[in-house]
Amino acid sequence: MITVKDLHKTFGDNEVLKGIDCEIEPSEVVCVIGPSGSGKSTFLRCLNMLEPVTGGEVIVDGYNLNDPKTDINMVRTEVGMVFQQFNLFPHKKVIENLMLAPQKVRKISDDEAHERCLKLLEKVGLADKADQYPQSLSGGQQQRVAIARALAMEPKMMLFDEPTSALDPELVGEVLEVMKQLANEGMTMFVVTHEMGFAREVGDRVLFMDEGVIVEEGVPDQIFSNPQSERTKEFLNKIL
Amino acid sequence: MIGRFNWAGVIDFLPQLMTGLYYTLLISIVGLVIGFILGGIFGLGRIAQSKVISSISVVYIEIIRGTPVLVQAIWIYYALPLIIGTELGSVTAGIIVIALNSGAYIAEIVRGAVQSIDKGQMEAGRSLGLNHGQTMRYIIWPQAFKRMIPPLGNQFIISIKDTSLLSVILVPELIFQGRLIAANHFNAVEIYTTVAVFYLAITLTLSFVLQRMERRLET
Ligand SMILES: Nc1ncnc2c1ncn2[C@@H]1O[C@H](COP(=O)(O)OP(=O)(O)OP(=O)(O)O)[C@@H](O)[C@H]1O
Ligand SMILES: [Mg+2]
Repeated sequence: MITVKDLHKTFGDNEVLKGIDCEIEPSEVVCVIGPSGSGKSTFLRCLNMLEPVTGGEVIVDGYNLNDPKTDINMVRTEVGMVFQQFNLFPHKKVIENLMLAPQKVRKISDDEAHERCLKLLEKVGLADKADQYPQSLSGGQQQRVAIARALAMEPKMMLFDEPTSALDPELVGEVLEVMKQLANEGMTMFVVTHEMGFAREVGDRVLFMDEGVIVEEGVPDQIFSNPQSERTKEFLNKIL
Repeated sequence: MIGRFNWAGVIDFLPQLMTGLYYTLLISIVGLVIGFILGGIFGLGRIAQSKVISSISVVYIEIIRGTPVLVQAIWIYYALPLIIGTELGSVTAGIIVIALNSGAYIAEIVRGAVQSIDKGQMEAGRSLGLNHGQTMRYIIWPQAFKRMIPPLGNQFIISIKDTSLLSVILVPELIFQGRLIAANHFNAVEIYTTVAVFYLAITLTLSFVLQRMERRLET
């Protein structure tokens, strides 16, 4: 579903990604962990070209993102994204947040969009909030709306960049619950997270990143119980 | 002292002052509508990715902001016709002056408002597959517009007051009429006071309308 070959990314003369190779299969849940500044967000953002790639190859669902002929807006409709800060549209009601892209990009009718989006709100347990504005929701509710908004485009895969890091601890669970449900339904997911419990329970594979490279990867049990690299051990000791 | 003045006599000159008011409003409204369009174009132009477009916008904005309105008015009425080879009526020239002048300041207001919207909004829009234009139109612009209202109101008031300078290029607006009347009838106190009250009435009405609008958009 996603193939990354020797991915490099520099900001000015700061090389943030130093050659990343990675393959993500359909329905796989890949969790990325690593210290702050290691390039996790940058890696994730390269997967839907929110950051232009400066070297190497990223192929998403058969589209080569380096190819200037690739319609990047097309690719993005297949790749949902959830941000740490939710980034809901504050001037639109919850339901309108969900409906906007299906209407304007997929060009589906208002009625169909409304029906589809209301179902998604039900799925994340927020159908009763459809006509409220995002500001009146708690952080956890806002993030669930953001997940539903991404799902409204019926993407083939979802990217999550620390989706629970901006939340009060007591609100983390409800968001992880929704993500877990998605994973169980077979969604392909790429999740940058500090929630080791989630990575362990839901992840099919864990990548440990440090200083712009993938230092170690494997099934969660192996990474968490029997890490091979010193850097992984050190990192896990610090956070666990 | 006040009693020395013939306030009731002002009524005789109301029709002429109303003509002046008509031109003041005409030039303000038409000029500001065009100015708003120019401001939108050059404000977004200034932050456009194309170097050419943003440079053109910067040049326009800096020229206007760096020269006095009075000089702009005189240049457009007396100098521009010699360059383009056609006379400009004073009202047309007046509208051009207000449009070009307010356009530059509104461009800066538009730019500031658009840039004040969190970067995450553009990213969220783009990540959903909306293109740049769609994201601007449906997500950035509506939020930026709300923030533009207070500074826009300010600029509208400044531009309305600036129309009084157009009397030097013979636009028959309020103060132009006032000076005509006062010169012939020796009633400077009555007439100029009345003129001032007219301006105040326009600007206060505008302030009031904008405040209501702001409050309505807040919810
Ligand atoms: N737009 C940018 N311009 C310049 N430098 C950037 C930009 N975005 C990220 N960086 C730099 O790239 C490096 C990696 O950042 P990135 O956000 O990918 O790290 P991260 O692993 O996600 O960290 P965190 O856990 O803190 O989110 C950092 O040194 C950061 O300063
Ligand atoms: Mg990050």
